[in-house]
Amino acid sequence: MLWEWSYALEVLPPLLRAAAITVEATLLSFAIAASLGLALAVLRMLGPMFAWPLSIFIEFVRSTPLLIQMFFLYFVLPQFGVTLDGLTVGVLTIGVHYATFCAEVYRTGLENIPRGQWEAAVALNLGVFTTFKDVILPQAIPPVVPALGNYLIGIFKATPLLSVVAVLELMGTAKILGSESYRYVEPITLVGLFFLIMSLVSATAIRAVERMLNRRTVG
Amino acid sequence: MTPNAQPTAPCTPVSKPRDAADCAVTAMVEPMVRFQGVVKRFGAHTVIDGLDLAIARGEKLALIGPSGSGKTTVLRMLMTLERLDAGVIWVDGEPLTQVQRHGKTVPADSAHLRRVRGKIGMVFQQFNLFPHMTALKNCMEAPITVLGLSRREAEERAVDLLAMVGLADKKHHYPNQLSGGQQQRVAIARALAMRPKVMLFDEVTSALDPELVGEVLNVIRKLGAEHDLTMLMVTHQMGFAKEFADRIALFHGGKIEEDGPPATFFTNPRSERTRQFLRAVLEGT
Ligand SMILES: Nc1ncnc2c1ncn2[C@@H]1O[C@H](COP(=O)(O)OP(=O)(O)OP(=O)(O)O)[C@@H](O)[C@H]1O
Ligand SMILES: [Mg+2]
Repeated sequence: MLWEWSYALEVLPPLLRAAAITVEATLLSFAIAASLGLALAVLRMLGPMFAWPLSIFIEFVRSTPLLIQMFFLYFVLPQFGVTLDGLTVGVLTIGVHYATFCAEVYRTGLENIPRGQWEAAVALNLGVFTTFKDVILPQAIPPVVPALGNYLIGIFKATPLLSVVAVLELMGTAKILGSESYRYVEPITLVGLFFLIMSLVSATAIRAVERMLNRRTVG
Repeated sequence: MTPNAQPTAPCTPVSKPRDAADCAVTAMVEPMVRFQGVVKRFGAHTVIDGLDLAIARGEKLALIGPSGSGKTTVLRMLMTLERLDAGVIWVDGEPLTQVQRHGKTVPADSAHLRRVRGKIGMVFQQFNLFPHMTALKNCMEAPITVLGLSRREAEERAVDLLAMVGLADKKHHYPNQLSGGQQQRVAIARALAMRPKVMLFDEVTSALDPELVGEVLNVIRKLGAEHDLTMLMVTHQMGFAKEFADRIALFHGGKIEEDGPPATFFTNPRSERTRQFLRAVLEGT
């Protein structure tokens, strides 16, 4: 028989543990991507003195493969005395990489705020920080939540890369289990199923957040 | 602050004798706002061309003039929304965008700018309310974050002002739940919540349906009657300007073509341009 239930049940517990790590890595990476992305977008907006160094940084991060960035941090940095564990390296690289894409998303959101809103903020003498926090971002972010959500799913799907820095996430665990028993069907199928379920769950969650934000902003 | 602190350079009399007389009057009491040799260019286009204009404390000045003559630009420079290319704007005896340091005039830092700007409030043609905040929150935001009022104080102040503009029952409405006239009245309340000394109104009724113009003008009338605010308003409403303003100034080509009290300005204008402009406008109404 191609599919053995007993074996599937046997590999389920280690796979669930690995799934927890995958989810953890996804959420941590997304937290970095979303917040650093916002910081990049706002800084770029604040002035030309930030604009071009940031552009170079963003261009660099985007145009080198994630895998190489991860390898670099994991295998090359220790030679300079900086040793980070696999999960940290993975989360940082994926987070920073996706931050550059999120920054672009935020930028569109920021650019869509009418000039009058900025001018009203000046006329009311609001400081830069307050203007962003209370006036601009609450209007700029809700419309880009779906786009950010796509990156959440993108990050989730990028987590198998973590196996190259020895993080026992789902895909790597499935491979190890498979190589031990010479049976790949069950672990890999379960992994695929798990990714499918999680993607659906995230998509639903994103839509819920979107609806909530819309209700709040439209009033 | 000394009551008679004078701007360094004397009020420069412009060719016409009436302006010299104006200077003599304003020299005794420091004006609330003074434009001095102000120049503003957009690219090669000089929009404001050496503007000299003093507005006394509590004065209500109506700015009129053909489209593109620079009226909005004057208000926007005073609100620090446009930078000047030359000249000085004095607000309450202080230069708005410059400070004296080691005997030299240098561009002001943001702290100075914010302090002086705090004396000025502005109401825009397009309202520019914050769409994600209720009327009440729109009026509380700046008093809390800029003036440091407590929530309770800010709310009290906001509620009073919303009542003053006749919107006590609409305080929990979002801008998109309000008519244009109501939104503009919220915008007036929001600006007043900062207790400015000078209020700028840029064609605040132009974006409104005709039947909503009256309610906004009534609020401005009330303001004029109850407060000693200095007001600069750009308007195409000649009737309102005539009734409300202490002085009318006609802009043309980035300069003041003629100014004077409504009584003489409308009945006995000196300049041919003014006559032409008035004829054109009054024909349209
Ligand atoms: N940001 C800008 N860039 C370039 N030109 C500008 C800008 N703002 C205004 N101008 C030009 O400056 C001139 C004066 O504009 P301003 O808006 O002050 O006129 P206005 O008197 O308020 O006219 P209106 O009655 O139509 O509102 C116009 O010729 C306008 O095209
Ligand atoms: Mg205008």
